[in-house]
Formats: sequence, C-alpha cells, structure tokens
Amino acid sequence: MSGATATRYTLGDTLRFVLRAIGQTLITAGVVVLLFVVYEVYVTNYFAREAQTKVKHALAKEWTQGKDPLLPLPDGSLPKLATGNGIANLYIPRLGRDYAWTVVQGTSDADLEKGPGHYAATALPGRLGNFAVAGHRVGKGEPFLNLDHVRAADAVIVETESHWYIYRVKGAHGDITAADSDGLPGREIVTPSDGSVLLAVPDHLDSRPNEALMTMTTCHPKFTAAKRMIVYARLQRALPRVSSTMPAQVAALYNGVSG
Amino acid sequence: MYTWIWRRLPGTLAVKLFETTLLVVLIVALLFFVVFPWIEPHLPISQVTVPGQPSGHQ
Repeated sequence: MSGATATRYTLGDTLRFVLRAIGQTLITAGVVVLLFVVYEVYVTNYFAREAQTKVKHALAKEWTQGKDPLLPLPDGSLPKLATGNGIANLYIPRLGRDYAWTVVQGTSDADLEKGPGHYAATALPGRLGNFAVAGHRVGKGEPFLNLDHVRAADAVIVETESHWYIYRVKGAHGDITAADSDGLPGREIVTPSDGSVLLAVPDHLDSRPNEALMTMTTCHPKFTAAKRMIVYARLQRALPRVSSTMPAQVAALYNGVSG
Repeated sequence: MYTWIWRRLPGTLAVKLFETTLLVVLIVALLFFVVFPWIEPHLPISQVTVPGQPSGHQ
C-alpha cells in the first residue's frame, strides 16, 4: 500500500514539479544576465587595460628609438598605418591627471578593445581637417566614460612623436552645446548612422578644411548604442616635442581644472 | 534541477559544498571567458562608431 502511493504522482506533484522547474530556470536566467552585466562593466575592462598597456609601451619604445609612425613619406604622401598599433597619446585634464590613453589606428572591434581608435580615413593629429577618434563608453577600458563631463574650451592634448597638440573643445559663451562661429557645437548627440560628423569640415560634404579639428565619438546614453555622443575640438596650438616630459605650457593646462 | 545535482554529488556535506563551489566557479569562468566574449559582438550594446569613410580631402 505505502509502496503504491510512493510511486504514484498526484496532479499536485506534477504541478509542483513543473512550477519548480520554471522557477529555477527563470532564476538561473536572471543570474546569467546579472553575470553578463558584471562581465561587460568589469571583466572587459581588465582585458582592455592589459591590451592598452601593451600598445602604450610599444609606442613609447618606438618613440625612444626615434621612429615616428606619423611621419610623411619622402614623396610627401601619408604613411600607411597598421591597424591596432598606437599612433598618439591622448590627455584630457578635465578627466583627471591620470587620464592618459594611447590612441590606436583603426576603429574595428578588435582595435577599440585596445583603446580609443583613430578613424583611418580621417586626418592625422594636428593636421588640417578632422582627426576623428572613437572610444568605448562603458566596459572595454571605457576611455570615453566621462566624455560628457568635458566643458567648452577644455583642453584636449594629443601627444605624437613630434608634437604636443593642444585642442580646445568647441562651444560658445561657456556652453558646450552652443554652436561657435563655425556653426559647430562642442558636443552634440546624433543618430548612429550620422557619418557626416567625421567629414573634414563636419556636416559639410564639399567644404575644404581651413582648420584642424578633432572629433571624438562614443555611444550615448551609457549602456546603450541608441545614439552617438560627439565632441568637437579645434587645434589651438602645437608645441614641438623634445622629450617625453610634458612641457610647462602643457602641464599648466592641468592647473585649476576639476572633474 | 539543483536538487537533482545536489543528490548526485558524492561525499559528505563538506565535500558536497566544496564540489558545489567548484561547479559554480567553472560555470562562471565558462561564461566569462567563452560564452560572453562570443555572444557580445552580436549584441547592439557597445557600438561607439559612426560610419566612417568620409569623402574628405585627405
């Protein structure tokens, strides 16, 4: 009698079994999603920082050997840069004294996992036209996590083998979203398909560039890819680079700046 | 499912706890280093670029 009741399942048993299975599956799925967030926000950073350290050291070594990857070829044409290799260092005083990233050539997923990436078809640092750089906002080292903290007229410093380039974020009357005399704001939010921000004269297909601009692109809002945040800066001055130590004029840009 | 796994783990309570921890670590490592890196490029969450071959004057 007791053996018979032990092997026979009632409707309640079956229901309980099915409900428990559904419950456990849902909880497991929830935990996996949470783990994915942890992966995106922390684990990818770990890998990206390692990759960034590697390209940073490789570039520093090249420079100490006197090699300038950006040097024009003898016939005046621009050098072919290998994607994924460092080409310049980027400093933004507003984002902290320790904010220093080596910009790599190229904007593929693999390039951007190493650091901010230079859009290969755009101008080189300091040159007439538009030096455009993309960077991750959350995870993958998150170089542009706090790009929205940057204000109008903030300095953006680009170090190459030959120069320290000081760019100033655009904007008018201290308002980063206001357009300056060129009709370009310091920061704008655009659709992900808006490639015109990378033009030599942004938003103007046929204009010849008459100034050296820098464009930074990242995703917006954080954690999504719904929009792109664009920050424009204009070259203010270029100082020759004689050593890896920041010249006083560049170091002074850090004074009185707080995030 | 979890009860089923727990019942099938051999050993005393302490051993079972150790085995459970090991299983959890293994599964998390598999997710972090194999599954997530593989699945991530297919998700529209970390794209930061705009289409970038402008016909500028380079």
